[in-house]
Amino acid sequence: MATKILLEARDIVKHYPVTRGLLQRTVGWVRAVDGVSFSIEYGKTMSLVGESGAGKTTIARQILLLEKLTSGSILFEEKDLYKMTPKEIKAEYRPKVHYVQQNPWSSMNPRMRIKDVVGEPIYVNNKQSKKDVDKDVVKLLEQVGIGAEGINRYPHEFSGGQRQRIAVARALALNPSLLILDEPVSALDVSIRAQIMNLFKDLQKKFNLSYLVIAHNLATVRYMSHSVAILYLGQLVEYGDSETLFARPLHPYTKALISASQLTLPEDSEGKAKQIILTGEMPSPLNPPSGCRFHTRCSEANERCSKDVPEMRKVGKQLVKCHHYE
Amino acid sequence: MSSNVVLQVENLHTSFFTRAGEVKAVDGVSFYVREGETFGIVGESGCGKSVTGLSILRLLPEPSGQIVAGKIILEGKNLLELSKKHMRAYRGKMISMILQDPMTSLNPVFTIGDQVGESVRMHQDLPENMVEAEVIDALRLLRIPAPEMRINEYPFQLSGGMKQRVVGAIAMSCRPRLLIADEPTTALDATIQAQYIALFEDIQEKTNVAIIFITHDFGVVARICDRVGVMYAGKIVETALTRDIFKNPKHPYTIALIKSVPQLDRKDDQLFSIEGQPPSMLNLPPGCRFCPRCTVALDICKEQEPPEVKISENRSVSCWRVK
Repeated sequence: MATKILLEARDIVKHYPVTRGLLQRTVGWVRAVDGVSFSIEYGKTMSLVGESGAGKTTIARQILLLEKLTSGSILFEEKDLYKMTPKEIKAEYRPKVHYVQQNPWSSMNPRMRIKDVVGEPIYVNNKQSKKDVDKDVVKLLEQVGIGAEGINRYPHEFSGGQRQRIAVARALALNPSLLILDEPVSALDVSIRAQIMNLFKDLQKKFNLSYLVIAHNLATVRYMSHSVAILYLGQLVEYGDSETLFARPLHPYTKALISASQLTLPEDSEGKAKQIILTGEMPSPLNPPSGCRFHTRCSEANERCSKDVPEMRKVGKQLVKCHHYE
Repeated sequence: MSSNVVLQVENLHTSFFTRAGEVKAVDGVSFYVREGETFGIVGESGCGKSVTGLSILRLLPEPSGQIVAGKIILEGKNLLELSKKHMRAYRGKMISMILQDPMTSLNPVFTIGDQVGESVRMHQDLPENMVEAEVIDALRLLRIPAPEMRINEYPFQLSGGMKQRVVGAIAMSCRPRLLIADEPTTALDATIQAQYIALFEDIQEKTNVAIIFITHDFGVVARICDRVGVMYAGKIVETALTRDIFKNPKHPYTIALIKSVPQLDRKDDQLFSIEGQPPSMLNLPPGCRFCPRCTVALDICKEQEPPEVKISENRSVSCWRVK
């Protein structure tokens, strides 16, 4: 079944040096991503979930080759990205992977017309005449529900939801196979969010797109994704298919996250009692706790958790990193 | 009205006078908050929920923003009749506010102790050597660990969640009667958000403060609010107990909004979505403001604005369909 996999991350690690003093001596390392593996299948959505500082965006930057990995490898269509030449990357990889940012107010040049915003990737990659590019742009905009009359307008003339649609049109310009969606709806209003999430789903069906969604809102994630990876302090703590993970979360951190996003009414005292509220905050990735990285906030932690580092284990259909599942 | 009503807002109209015309950001909003109660104002961006909060504090950007009509009554006193100087004495002492982003509401060059102490010095006639004890008390109320050490630290030394607690400590330092919290948890992570909300429930129990909680997030509403007002384009379209809003929403906008929030325990294949966008505040539709997006609109909805109908003790709805 190896052919089903579009992108695979194998044990990726990214450490940033911390330097100090006149000589910029390295005094420590920020372990932003510390041994993460996952795979994204064709036409499927994987979500990376975690709190700020967990390393979600760092992973996205590695996949986009904006930064170099410290160790590990990333495979795209079974080819190791670090073994490809810059020319191959530009011809075979760049057009196929695109990034949609969180904030549609800052991801577009306010001085460019929509036809240039969306058309730019086409100009750069395919040498086409202006007229042909404009035709393509109209088609792209139609796919995301923006009328052809929009192409001569400027970004400020559109609302947040419409801008996010335009950002998606730009990402689709070169027929990509993978879109990285970094908090794609969190800057939008509730009533607009649903529209955009539905759009993502429709486009996925139509073009067999794969998505890597970066999010912190679990309800959004559940609606969008086929598989989910929960990230804590640079490491995956749980990884599995979305249905099972939400139906039966294993890791105490996943349980707490799900509990934090559940709807509990004020009168619902039973639901309130079951609510898990974590104490403390995420420790610094500069100096992660010994043993299990979550043990400082875990209600089920015992002595062993502070000493031994848990392995990733297969429990049913999920992978979980916790001593309680041996 | 029961005697323990802390704040009563009656028919508040707040407008911004811009070059393009008058923007009626808040257009006839009425509600009240009781002692120890949390009233939520939910709505999308631009619906006027933050302007309502700023109007209560009289902190609108003048001269463009002005309260055109209405009454804001805090414990029997109409705030709109107070002089500027008198109003200043109310802010921080009687009413305080927590804003969304703790990174911008704290001053980076003053210590935590200075910033919490500022409101204590301003409003309480205390000798200098007692201010510190008061500050530490406020930090302790917000469960900030090791407050004696924290008072000498600067905002950059704290995490986002801790900073937001410091903001809370400033707000609570003079034990106000009313706290206006404008999206206080939006900038926080999910698990920290849950901590913060639990903390506020605890503080409310201890101090009996009335809270106005402004948010766009129904999940947060469900957790903390006793009653909710749903705002759309400058008006409150529905007010109800939180339980009733979720179990039995009446206004088509509320119904649609609740349906379009994805939920954890339900997987839908296609999310329900409200078509279109909120109207421009400069160019409002003549009848009901939600009419252009409403799926069950009647003829009358296009022509006349629906009156607010009180259907039970805690509940009122503005919709022609609800009688």
